[in-house]
Amino acid sequence: MPRRGRRRAARAGQYLALLGYLVFLAFPLLWLLSTAFKPPTELATLHPTWLPERPTLDNFRRAFDEQPLLRAAGNSLLTAGCAAAVSVLIATPMAYVMARHRSALSRAATGWVVVSQAFPFVLVIIPLFLILKEFRLIDEPAGLVLVYVVWSLPFALWMLAGYVRAVPRELEEAAAVDGAGRLRTLVSVTAPLLAPGIVATALFTFITAWNEFFFALVLLKSPEKQTMPVVLTHFIGTEGVADLGPLAAAALLATLPSLVLFAFIQRRITGGLLAGAVKH
Amino acid sequence: MAGGSYDPARTAPPPRRPSRRRLLGVAGAAGVGALVPGCASGDRGGLRFLSLAWQRESVRANKELVAEWNAAHPRSRVTYVQGSWASVHDQLLTSFEGGEAPDIIHDASDDLADFAYGGYLADLGGLLADRLRREIPPHGWQTATFGGRVYGVPFLQEPRMIMANRRLLAAARVRLPTAREPWTWEEFADAAGRLTRGATYGVAWPLKEPVSATLNLSLSTGGRLFHRGDDGKVTIRYTARDRVVPNAIRDQVVRERSASRATLGMSGADTLPGFFGDRYAMVPLGFSYRQQIVQQAPHGFDWVALPAPAGPGGDQRQGVSPQTLSIAADCRRKEEAMAFVDFLLRPANMVRLARGDWLLPTGTTALADPALRTPRHGWATGTALAGHLRSAPAQSVRGYPEWKDKVATPAFQEFYSGAIDDGELRDRLVSDGNLVLARYQR
Repeated sequence: MPRRGRRRAARAGQYLALLGYLVFLAFPLLWLLSTAFKPPTELATLHPTWLPERPTLDNFRRAFDEQPLLRAAGNSLLTAGCAAAVSVLIATPMAYVMARHRSALSRAATGWVVVSQAFPFVLVIIPLFLILKEFRLIDEPAGLVLVYVVWSLPFALWMLAGYVRAVPRELEEAAAVDGAGRLRTLVSVTAPLLAPGIVATALFTFITAWNEFFFALVLLKSPEKQTMPVVLTHFIGTEGVADLGPLAAAALLATLPSLVLFAFIQRRITGGLLAGAVKH
Repeated sequence: MAGGSYDPARTAPPPRRPSRRRLLGVAGAAGVGALVPGCASGDRGGLRFLSLAWQRESVRANKELVAEWNAAHPRSRVTYVQGSWASVHDQLLTSFEGGEAPDIIHDASDDLADFAYGGYLADLGGLLADRLRREIPPHGWQTATFGGRVYGVPFLQEPRMIMANRRLLAAARVRLPTAREPWTWEEFADAAGRLTRGATYGVAWPLKEPVSATLNLSLSTGGRLFHRGDDGKVTIRYTARDRVVPNAIRDQVVRERSASRATLGMSGADTLPGFFGDRYAMVPLGFSYRQQIVQQAPHGFDWVALPAPAGPGGDQRQGVSPQTLSIAADCRRKEEAMAFVDFLLRPANMVRLARGDWLLPTGTTALADPALRTPRHGWATGTALAGHLRSAPAQSVRGYPEWKDKVATPAFQEFYSGAIDDGELRDRLVSDGNLVLARYQR
């Protein structure tokens, strides 16, 4: 086979592999979508179909009837949103210092951040629990936000430091040569270039907090404060038996914010880290 | 305990520290508990009731009862808190250690041992009203009694039954067993063989969790596995009586091929599509699965709930771990909490809860309620079995969870699939098992 033909075949193989991977990734979501619209008799059949034969909204109606999904979604949105915002606010200047001022101290801090990811969460929750208790933040969303911030901060820091390193130092030096002060350089030059990284980090923190179950289960006692993952488990009974239709409907709703966020933001993330970096 | 098992009242008083089941949650909670002083949740006004009801009718019944209580007792209000079976152990353990436990706790009796031995639950002995004490038979109380103290009120229980396709049974001219005339294990095997035709298996054993199913059903043949000596220590012995049920199941799968091998790794719910699709004529399932069948079966599907096979002399005993209501040791208004429990478990209310969960009540008056005696959906067959239900054999054996997960589950799974023989099963259950239990009984 000539070289051009081999290249085409290789390219076709790559696309096929990519298609297979996408199908693999999409399968749970498609199945969830299909299950959410199936009536009970179609859920327990030997020959499941991709599409519901008699689609119904009954699962959604039951899910909303039986559990306070909107309230739970609101609670999740509040805690995850606040956790993302606070994490990014704290992590961004820290990441800049770690990436730009490579002293022994910053290297040690970086090492500590990496090592801290290997710690079991119990080492985090104990002091956090004590602090929350002291400040009467048990059963308070603010306490949960605090936990999420502490929990996600190391990774957020690590992620953002990588983005900061990808911003050429020469750009900041050029701005300085043009007479921009330190603050002006950070705000006008570095921050816009870091925006995709900040967004990606915020997204990561948001989704981690949105999906988190154990801290929310343990720290929030009042029913009206429970978050979405905790409420979803209410559709599961003894021996893992689940009320599958309403569970699928509720789970589908729970994935929507993540999907919408990704759809909204992904272009910004992939839109070129250094777009606009060329000095005119 | 009936069936020749040990007497919990003879055991030593519970030590303060519990055995740990879930490493991560426990380790974190232990640290918290060591540093955080206790805090009475009742201080915040009302009593908190952690309910694990999850089916629509059950949640509704619980909420209605809480509302009725609150309307009648405005100075002793109860807040309904929805919990989940999937996470209740970790949630409770952390809550206990952090001094934030709910006042009234819904759980299963086989989950109570750790909490009872850990001192997290109140001894209900002095709090129980005579009415409630009399309503529930002694073998019911036994399921929530540890070290001679009562740590929960058992109120709902679930026998294992055989859900069968009535049309296939009629076509094979198989006698339908009743609670008065149940099948023997031999008759059951014979029926499974006659029902096995073409692509249809006579029976599907959903044995993803094989240990409790095997042990609980083995009570009918006199199996007990756990033996408590005069020194109070429990050892495992695998006798001829313990072998009957495991060998009956294995024979169906491996030798007679009247049971589907594929379902050995399935949960009960996984087998329902095959049941509805005539792939399996019979499926041994918990009593509450009737609700799933009613909800999911195709129109016109004709099914019947049959009693589990009986042992020698028509012995229909089987082990159960009832659902319980407990009171946290930290609760500062235990009498009020107990009054709520007493209200919740009045016979009429117990019937409402049982119907909501498709389970059997433990109370004798509730069991006699006509609503639970209807033949519709197998209720009458189930209530007829209630007198035969006993405390699950492993109910209060310390180290049982580890033995089950590390030793018994893989051993039974390999045995049922034909990978190991009877001797190897016995060696692993006994030798490896006793090593595990010994660590908990030093």
